[in-house]
Amino acid sequence: MAQRTTEFIVGVFMVAGFAALVFLALQVSGLTPGAASDTYTVYARFNDAGGLAVRGRVSMAGVTIGRIQTITLDQESFQAQVVMDIDASVNNIPTDSSAIIRTSGLLGEQYIDISVGADETAMQNGDAFYSTQSALNLERMISNFASGR
Amino acid sequence: MIHRIRRLGRQGIEVLRALGRSGVFLFGALWGLPRPSEGLPLLIRQLYVVGVLSLAIVIVSGLFIGMVLGLQGYTILSDYGSEDAVGQMIALTLVRELGPVVAALLFAGRAGSALTAEIGLMKATEQLSSLEMMGVDPLRRVIAPRLWAGFIAMPLLAVIFSTVGIWGGMLVGVEWLGVFEGSFWGNMQASVSFVDDVLNGVIKSIVFGFFCTWIAVFQGYDCVPTSAGISSATTKTVVYSSLAVLGLDFVLTAVMFGSF
Repeated sequence: MAQRTTEFIVGVFMVAGFAALVFLALQVSGLTPGAASDTYTVYARFNDAGGLAVRGRVSMAGVTIGRIQTITLDQESFQAQVVMDIDASVNNIPTDSSAIIRTSGLLGEQYIDISVGADETAMQNGDAFYSTQSALNLERMISNFASGR
Repeated sequence: MIHRIRRLGRQGIEVLRALGRSGVFLFGALWGLPRPSEGLPLLIRQLYVVGVLSLAIVIVSGLFIGMVLGLQGYTILSDYGSEDAVGQMIALTLVRELGPVVAALLFAGRAGSALTAEIGLMKATEQLSSLEMMGVDPLRRVIAPRLWAGFIAMPLLAVIFSTVGIWGGMLVGVEWLGVFEGSFWGNMQASVSFVDDVLNGVIKSIVFGFFCTWIAVFQGYDCVPTSAGISSATTKTVVYSSLAVLGLDFVLTAVMFGSF
């Protein structure tokens, strides 16, 4: 086969490979160019983080507005310290909002739901949620119910 | 008894010598690149042989594996009423595991064995030594373009495999079994991360491509220059490459996705 034809076909092959990578990036992993860096960080402390997972959803009124960055143990208060990345476009969360761990569906994954407060001032980068509500622990609930408390 | 122990020791030394030879060989081929003006046409020719000609088998297998994943995932997930999650299941299995691994196995069988047989025959018909006689380094002229072609082609093939597989899964899940298209893609996008899943899969396929091509080219270069030698070298290429891919896949998965 002529060298020119080979070069052309190899070129098409390389373009197809990169096009496939772009497809995986945009359509499959939902990467939107440029939007990844525009976030700010807020903190919340929970008595029980339950089955919360890193990269889990942070949502408000059912709309995803951010992701969970890290979950660590705060060794002074023995609480779970959860760091969240919130989209920069959502910049008016009232400071008295509360973070609640909820489960999507009956067997679904757990996520953080932000219940809106009424304060005039908005949360800034590095702020922490004042009020939080821990994961619903089915086992603990049943044992509380059984022991009549 | 002494004889057996001696033979065992000799075999061990042989294995180590082969490893050493392959290391020297790899070093010589990677650092002995020809100048771009003469090397590029050679590389493109090999990319055609190694990459483009493997495309057909990769696309067809990817399509069928994606469709089977769609069917199986749907049957299992619909028991729990969560057949919407079939998209994320297909995408994660393909991008993380099946794409790199199956593409590498196909690559070893399709391109690796051809490389070994070609170089082995060149050696058996003394083409390699006549190149050397003419003052052309066969490592540069014959081996280096094939190695680099393998390194470049493998990740591209794996990415194409995953893409076609996801499309095949969508064909079965959405078009045939009637999963809602929005939740198919939406669940997928929510759970697949570009850096953690897609890029790790690409890294895997780069590693697999490196080892598969290295094994294939070295087996050809190191074979006994007879027809029986070439046939055993070709067999070894496929067996060693498949074992290397599966073993490395476990190690890489443990490093990338295992949290310990």
